[in-house]
Amino acid sequence: MPEEIQELQDLKFQGIKINYLYVCKRKLWLFSKNITFENQSDKVLLGRILHEYSYPKEETKEVLIDNLIMIDILSDGAVREVKYSSKMKEADIMQVMYYLYYLKQKGIEKQGVINYPKERRKETLQLTPEYEQKVKEALSEIEEITSQATPPPATKQKVCKSCAYFEFCWG
Amino acid sequence: MQKTLYITSNGRLRRKDNTLYFETETEKRSIDIENIEQIHIFGEVDLNTKALNYISQYGIILHFYNYYGFYAGSFVPRKKSVSGDVVVRQALHYLDKEKRIFLAYCFVESAVYHMMRNLRERKEAEAFLNAIEDEWENGRFNISSISELMGLEGRVRNIYYSSFNQFLPEDFYMEKREKRPPTNPINALISFGNSLIYSTVLTEIYHTQLDPSISFLHEPSEKRFSLSLDISEIFKPLIVDSVIFKLLNNRQITLEHFDEDLNYCYLNQEGRKIFINELRNKLETTVRHRQLNRNVSYKGYIRLECYKLIKHFIGDQVYSPLKAWW
Ligand code: SF4
Repeated sequence: MPEEIQELQDLKFQGIKINYLYVCKRKLWLFSKNITFENQSDKVLLGRILHEYSYPKEETKEVLIDNLIMIDILSDGAVREVKYSSKMKEADIMQVMYYLYYLKQKGIEKQGVINYPKERRKETLQLTPEYEQKVKEALSEIEEITSQATPPPATKQKVCKSCAYFEFCWG
Repeated sequence: MQKTLYITSNGRLRRKDNTLYFETETEKRSIDIENIEQIHIFGEVDLNTKALNYISQYGIILHFYNYYGFYAGSFVPRKKSVSGDVVVRQALHYLDKEKRIFLAYCFVESAVYHMMRNLRERKEAEAFLNAIEDEWENGRFNISSISELMGLEGRVRNIYYSSFNQFLPEDFYMEKREKRPPTNPINALISFGNSLIYSTVLTEIYHTQLDPSISFLHEPSEKRFSLSLDISEIFKPLIVDSVIFKLLNNRQITLEHFDEDLNYCYLNQEGRKIFINELRNKLETTVRHRQLNRNVSYKGYIRLECYKLIKHFIGDQVYSPLKAWW
């Protein structure tokens, strides 16, 4: 795997972990051990991605992340994300903050944008010192949770119903 | 739900542009590849690497059966869901004798439970049911090795199979259970059904992080995907046997549906179609899951069994095998 792609992969996984930290710590643990389950729509999406790979557009700069997130870090614009709903607001914001933090380490300062196309809304994010601190804390909390030998026990929450792990956790 | 395709006729699987087709001499049918999970191939089917590569991009498993309908093998595409962590821990449960026996016992316990469940509604089988219960209750607390467990399971299974003669049509008398090659119709049916379940379980395992080659009741060296054999124990009596009872007692399958060839007895094409149809119905039948509060198909229960094993391996929840409560 070319180095750049590998780095993007790591960035992607780290970003998802940040997101999951705020959604469900058990989900974070399972994901960090590569215990993931694709569902039907993933498969359909996979088909489309494969299709696009076989007919590459010249100017494709978007990198597809987590199947739902489009991040445009390679182009000149801002870090942009597309979310299908604003339900997981804090998790989404932290994920973008992490990307901004990561880029800053590389000497690139950017703004973040989260697009909620369904709600016809977008939000612009700025990496403040407070958020920077929060990102650092989040990273060490992730480290702590994922180094546990067993996953945090399942606790029923609202998000469970639409979580890909629902049948795993409760079946 | 992801679909299973059964191909019983002869023909060719071909990729043309971004579509997969199954072509016979008389027709050409496109296959909805995005919604297919596995394809069971019974007919004589040609396919090339172009088709195989396409199929594997979608994580579709192909199961092949030979002329007699016996399982030949599977084409399993590169796995997407690999977790080193799960595999290492799965192996630890194999290496630790106590841990291994625990899991092996769970599979047998569930199998015996489902065998008894099958006999419970049949007056003719009452004596056999009692005999199984005696054998099982006397034996199950004195197991200190896998071979003892296997022995007990074998004795229970013998009683179970001999009860079939009490309630199945006379044509389907079973002298004894013989595996390969089956030389009479009832054994041919059981073998056919069991290999379909084996491959169906394999598909479910494939979609999880479990390693299909590390098993507990069966020796991992016994077959390439021996975990599939382990989990099949649970579902053979629950799914295959009840399909067989239904088909025979309703006279949907009769002796006409079998062919004989030297030492083999096997289902002919018409018989296979009937069997597959009924099995498919069964696998798609749903039962309300009490914790999930959702309807789950029999096939779905196989997947849930895999999940429970993963949870057991990662120290999340002790495995408790399925015992059909419905
Ligand atoms: S189902 Fe609920 S408990 Fe399980 S990972 Fe998802 S959110 Fe967490």
